[in-house]
Amino acid sequence: MKILVTAKRVVDHAVRIRVRPDGTGVDKTNARMSMNPFDRHAVEAAVALKEAGRASEVVVLSIGPKAATDVILTALAMGADRGVLIETDAALETLAIARLLAKVVAEEQPDLVLLGKQAVDDDASHVGQMLAALLDWPQATFASALSVDGAALEVTREVDFGRLTQRLPLPAVVTADLRLNTPRNAALPMVMKARQKPLAVRAAAEFGVDLAPRLIIEKVTPPAERQQGPILQSVDELVARLRADLASIEGMT
Amino acid sequence: MSVLILADHDLGQLSPSTARLVTAAQGLGDLHLLVAGQGASALAAAAHFAGVSKILVAEGPDALPTADSLRAALVALAPGYSHIIAASSSLGRDVIPGLAARLGVMPVTDVVEIVAPNRFVRPIYAGNAFEHLSSSEPLHILTVRTSVFTPAPLGAAVPVETLAPLAPGRVTTLRAERSAGDFPDLTSAAVVVSGGIAFGSVEKFAALGDLATALGGAVGATRAAVDAGYAPNDWQVGQTGKIVAPDLYIGIGVSGALQHLAGMQGAKRIVAINTDPEAPLVKVADYALIGDLVEIVPQLIAAFRKA
Ligand SMILES: Cc1cc2nc3c(=O)[nH]c(=O)nc-3n(C[C@H](O)[C@H](O)[C@H](O)COP(=O)(O)OP(=O)(O)OC[C@H]3O[C@@H](n4cnc5c(N)ncnc54)[C@H](O)[C@@H]3O)c2cc1C
Repeated sequence: MKILVTAKRVVDHAVRIRVRPDGTGVDKTNARMSMNPFDRHAVEAAVALKEAGRASEVVVLSIGPKAATDVILTALAMGADRGVLIETDAALETLAIARLLAKVVAEEQPDLVLLGKQAVDDDASHVGQMLAALLDWPQATFASALSVDGAALEVTREVDFGRLTQRLPLPAVVTADLRLNTPRNAALPMVMKARQKPLAVRAAAEFGVDLAPRLIIEKVTPPAERQQGPILQSVDELVARLRADLASIEGMT
Repeated sequence: MSVLILADHDLGQLSPSTARLVTAAQGLGDLHLLVAGQGASALAAAAHFAGVSKILVAEGPDALPTADSLRAALVALAPGYSHIIAASSSLGRDVIPGLAARLGVMPVTDVVEIVAPNRFVRPIYAGNAFEHLSSSEPLHILTVRTSVFTPAPLGAAVPVETLAPLAPGRVTTLRAERSAGDFPDLTSAAVVVSGGIAFGSVEKFAALGDLATALGGAVGATRAAVDAGYAPNDWQVGQTGKIVAPDLYIGIGVSGALQHLAGMQGAKRIVAINTDPEAPLVKVADYALIGDLVEIVPQLIAAFRKA
């Protein structure tokens, strides 16, 4: 089984971003960048399947600027076999990303595509589902457990009411949730070795996909600031405040 | 033009977000509600919301329709509509992006405000910024954060049209596990009591359930508490969990990491109980008590049980 796994370079999840005062977007100057956390879980799942003898090759793909080479190197250090960077400086919409991915799938012919369930910058949670639809492959989103059984997958998904365990035939698309596994930190020798692994760089324009954005971002605004209220002195005071709030909620309904 | 609303449900229950979706869609056009999946006809009987002019019913083989079978049904219906709207739920998030890709449309998801039929606001960066978008797509495919909308009331009975059943998908469900506990739906509850890793054990976390019951609220949890096994996954509030907007949110032993705030900063009132006065949740709380939850929680349960 061959696995294609995706990795996006995003503002690190621990960074609290600021909206530019002119409303044109988010200020990313000097922000620490790293691999989207959900993608780390996808890469870990792919590498673990290879180590368990379930996968023959793990190819990691990133779409983004030259600097996205970093996240590919991270995935290679974690154990992926080779990397592909589709280079573009444009901020592509998820539909364009999914269409580029579909082209790569046609070339690479993987049996399984693993992606993070969402990226922590645009929080879209689109690409895996879009890719499955474009390829007409079955999908399992929000995966918290994954096993391979012959030509089928068994996936446990985190859904609104609890958990749903499903079986789907390969080839398939799976998107990873955070409880899927614990991603490894690559040891230094692996980091050194990653630089020797093959990494192909392709221009986004060479795939013949319409990359023009469909949506217009009119402006980006910050959330309403919340003011800190008083620190109460006793449980009795807390109970009294809560009683008052509960009474006004009951008054509304 | 008409608007197609995808009713949200799971395991034979209409979810409270369906009534809120109807409110979100109000004013966009003639509203049709699609109820799809196993038991759809029975669910449709409870879905005559005011403002809906027609209910479409498609029975199906799965209690929670699989993305591929539901997508196929929606692709067939799409030509009649200007908008297709679903909740940002595990059902809506699973099917909507693929539907949009199939139709060559760029979807807009997690919408918190519909400014005009083609202008929408959605959060990015865990709610630390809001994108104001306009779209010139001929069809708008949306998911909506239903917690920010009020539920539409039930109205007079409207015509129900039965469609062809959903075709079976390629995905088969082996097990569906509903988390135990008899609490109100988290995303629509007026009161949410959330706990963090500080509870320290499953047994101690159970006290939070007692407090929620005493207050008539739902229980939420941080990712750390879910990872530790104190709470089921569907109680997680945050960027990767549920989005709640209750009248009253009480965070107990919850630090208020930005990924957690992402899920509850829409609450009208935020209350924090924490040993650390510098905890980020205390900094955004309308009022807070600094102290040990081990001592405070039993006192709260006692106070509100009596009431
Ligand atoms: C990509 C990504 C997505 C994430 N998504 C989510 C999400 O959806 N939801 C979410 O919640 N988190 C999410 N997280 C995790 C998040 O960053 C935090 O790690 C998590 O919210 C912390 O949980 P906590 O508040 O229980 O624990 P901690 O941050 O460890 O805080 C514990 C708090 O308890 C207090 N405390 C300790 N003892 C007591 C006591 N005896 N009495 C009272 N208070 C006490 C402490 O002062 C502290 O404030 C995500 C992280 C990542 C990287």
